Amino acid sequence: MANPGGGAICNGNLHNHGKQSDGSASGNCAKNGIVKEAQQNGWPHVYDKPLVESFEEAPLHVMVFTYLGYGLGTLFGYLRDFLRSCGIEKCNAAIEREEQKDFVPLYQNFENFYTRNLYMRIRDNWNRPICSAPGSRFDVMERVSDDYNWTFRFTGRIIKDVINMGSYNFLGLAASYDESMRTVKDVLEEYGLGVASTRHEMGTLDKHEELENLVAKFLNVEAAMVFGMGFATNSMNIPALVGKGCLILSDELNHASLVLGARLSGATIRIFKHNNMQSLEKLLRDAVIYGQPRIRRAWKKILILVEGIYSMEGSIVRLPQIVALKKKYKAYLYIDEAHSIGSVGPTGRGVVEFFGLDPRDVDVLMGTFTKSFGASGGYIAGRKDLVDYLRVHSHSAVYATSMSPPVAEQIIRSMKFIMGLDGTTQGLQRVRQLAKNTRYFRQRLNEMGFIIYGNEESPVIPLLLYMPAKVAAFARHLLNRKIGVVVVGFPATPLAEARARFCVSAAHTREMLDTVLENLDEMGDLLQLKYSRHRKSARPELYDETSFELDD
Amino acid sequence: RTLLTHPWFTGLQEGSQSCDGSVAVLSHQWKRAAPAYHLILEGILILWIIRLLFSKTYKLQERSDLTVKEKEELIEEWQPEPLVPPVSKDHPALNYNIVSGPPSHNIVVNGKKCVNFASFNFLGLLDNARVKAAALASLKKYGVGTCGPRGFYGTFDVHLDLEDRLAKFMKTEEAIIYSYGFATIASAIPAYSKRALVFVDYFLSFLNPRKARVTRRFIVVEGLYMNTGTVCPLPELVKLKYKYKARIFLEESLSFGVLGEHGRGVTEHFGISIDDIDLISANMENSLASVGGFCCGRSFVIDHQRLSGQGYCFSASLPPLLAAAAIEALNIMEENPGIFLVLKEKCERIHKALQGISGLKVVGESLSPAFHLQLTDSTGAREKDVTLLQEIVNHCMNRGIALTQARYLEKEEKCLPPPSIRVVVTVEQTDEELERAARIIKEAAQAVLL
Repeated sequence: MANPGGGAICNGNLHNHGKQSDGSASGNCAKNGIVKEAQQNGWPHVYDKPLVESFEEAPLHVMVFTYLGYGLGTLFGYLRDFLRSCGIEKCNAAIEREEQKDFVPLYQNFENFYTRNLYMRIRDNWNRPICSAPGSRFDVMERVSDDYNWTFRFTGRIIKDVINMGSYNFLGLAASYDESMRTVKDVLEEYGLGVASTRHEMGTLDKHEELENLVAKFLNVEAAMVFGMGFATNSMNIPALVGKGCLILSDELNHASLVLGARLSGATIRIFKHNNMQSLEKLLRDAVIYGQPRIRRAWKKILILVEGIYSMEGSIVRLPQIVALKKKYKAYLYIDEAHSIGSVGPTGRGVVEFFGLDPRDVDVLMGTFTKSFGASGGYIAGRKDLVDYLRVHSHSAVYATSMSPPVAEQIIRSMKFIMGLDGTTQGLQRVRQLAKNTRYFRQRLNEMGFIIYGNEESPVIPLLLYMPAKVAAFARHLLNRKIGVVVVGFPATPLAEARARFCVSAAHTREMLDTVLENLDEMGDLLQLKYSRHRKSARPELYDETSFELDD
Repeated sequence: RTLLTHPWFTGLQEGSQSCDGSVAVLSHQWKRAAPAYHLILEGILILWIIRLLFSKTYKLQERSDLTVKEKEELIEEWQPEPLVPPVSKDHPALNYNIVSGPPSHNIVVNGKKCVNFASFNFLGLLDNARVKAAALASLKKYGVGTCGPRGFYGTFDVHLDLEDRLAKFMKTEEAIIYSYGFATIASAIPAYSKRALVFVDYFLSFLNPRKARVTRRFIVVEGLYMNTGTVCPLPELVKLKYKYKARIFLEESLSFGVLGEHGRGVTEHFGISIDDIDLISANMENSLASVGGFCCGRSFVIDHQRLSGQGYCFSASLPPLLAAAAIEALNIMEENPGIFLVLKEKCERIHKALQGISGLKVVGESLSPAFHLQLTDSTGAREKDVTLLQEIVNHCMNRGIALTQARYLEKEEKCLPPPSIRVVVTVEQTDEELERAARIIKEAAQAVLL
């Protein structure tokens, strides 16, 4: 029985929780606590829910110990390098051929310092091979190292039914075969695997056309084009859209593919602080008023590059403000919805739906099919003239093979499932289940006292660990307890902010989440990870009944 | 009056003569002797300093300050270019060929049934039953996607198997696979070349000796060139490599599974030791009839890409069913080394058959399964050439031979090849079909060009 005053979901729209904070400060995500940003006067009132994002700073002693840890590691690194160069210690790394010893060295020694001495010690926490579908549980192959992680060998044992908190499986569509995947099997048998030609030559199949029409319908835009790889979608299409004489305003924490695409385009790149609208507005004003540096001509185009959900921070882009800015300064907006398509929004259509905006306000909608659709590949959608231009001028269309037919069919099937075109409401239920799981998980982690980054609606949950040794201990202990987590350190994150990143999935049941949370609780006590100063009460229903989710 | 006869000095001298205990006497004499102009000067200096301290700092701005109103006007007036320039409706890329059904040997293009001479399906493995069965088994076990990059639980045992098999097949130490053929070489080269000099193909230049000591040099070549159908002169390149101390990166997309006795590519074709080549990169989309690409070489070289290859670290891994298909294709290649000879024979046959067509010349060596047909006399305008060739292609397609023109991004290519028709030979084409194709192309050329 749903509580009518609470977060009940009726008519396909999420009701407000009624937590309108009135007139709170217009701060941006301040690093010292939880920020509730109400909609101020002057911004369009299309999104009434307050955006709750938190990026709490760690206590001072934690930062000191973190840097100490790295310092110690570096010192030992120098010592070991010295021993290796003297010959006292055996060098396990691969070395150059005898015949090529007098060539210019392929790698500078310093470049690999971090890899050799710090990463190598804990590298068993990454690249863990699995041997089952990456669903809510998977099987990890056990591997051990006899020489301190220089080489691994497989013992042959398989750790079965490890709870998967690491794979991007937001809607639970990545699973081993079941009857709903019959169409994929049929397409595989009929079409085969590869295409062996490019889109311009003989590589456009009717499957691709069907898929592109479906994507356009899903996103409620005029047209779409699909590519075989998400990374390549960004890096090969941004150069087609902008070039020299154009300006790219890119968020600080953009993904490597966006950065690569921006650099390859040859346009001028300026970076604004993460999700900081003042910083973006200042850059826009300066760009429009003063034009290009030195030559003083106006910019040809200004392109704003942002992501829907940032995977390392878990924050959601401030889309209404960016759209307002874009309209005022006549810039173009490119959103990379790799993590947000299918996972946010009342019906899973991404950040545009989450904020209740019109998809036509965003010039270029880009996304990938890897995360929520259980396949691979990327798409770009928008107006028809944009997509036509990309069909003609994209590197990927001319030089790269098109998407494999069974993968395309899997995307078609998943999309129909989410849209409800297969005749059931299961897709919609999964989207809501994901939202429920996300809120529950985040709430419980906050109660326990961990420092969590990001927006409370984002299914990507970074949990801060800070110290390099804890990173390794965390991942290893949890694997022993049959929970698979992803930990990230430098250089994907800032040096002192190593974190564990959880990806909640609609396929996770309440029991699985509870198991994980219990183990996290124990790990938090064991490793002293509960740094947060804002430990919420463990009994929220006592003080705020409307925020407690009841099971349906 | 000089400084030395200044009352201050005389006062000091006097004071120092009675040097025990008379500092007070000294200062007393000092105060009395200061002249007025000196005090005034000091006073003016102090006032000037105070004024400077409290005045506004002068910012070195090249821009003059605009008023708020002017700024708003500028913002109002500025008009950017449209995001994309308009594209003409009859651009060939907007009216591309649509294939209904599988793009295999017998292909249905734009509704017409044809024999496929356009897809790079050299070994005919696109609709091989064994490959499909292996992929199906993988689909049943793993589903479709991997939901993560290699570092975060995206490494499946199938990927490790495939890397192992590729390394063994090519007789190298290690191999690394990418999920997209184009991304393979595009990620491999930047991973090594932060400060490097890359020689691509034609040109060699000399750089100043001081930088030369720390600049890495790479020679990047293709085994079998897609744009010209020629084989690269690998023995000479290996000699150059040792002479100029550069490393060779060999791109073998077309030659992997085609050249060489066992299909190992250009190195086997010329009998060169694989250790002489630093990196071999190929895509699995041609001979292996799958999707994706791989690099192989010594561990020293390849292992670096596991942390620095952008397309490897930051992108989801290859779907397992495609990896399983590649493994099975590799099995087939190893079991039937005879198909490479068959392919070679077919290539030679069609090369001979297409010689002597009036108006079209064959560009490419006789052992290249993908070669070009170019106009012997160009009309002078690229667009007209393209239209003529397109008519030939249409003529052939109406008669059951599927061909395509070779497509390029005209603005991006450094040396744009002339327009041409691409002809691809596969193992599945029978001799009869080869003869028919040659005949139809001849007829089409005569009909259109004369």
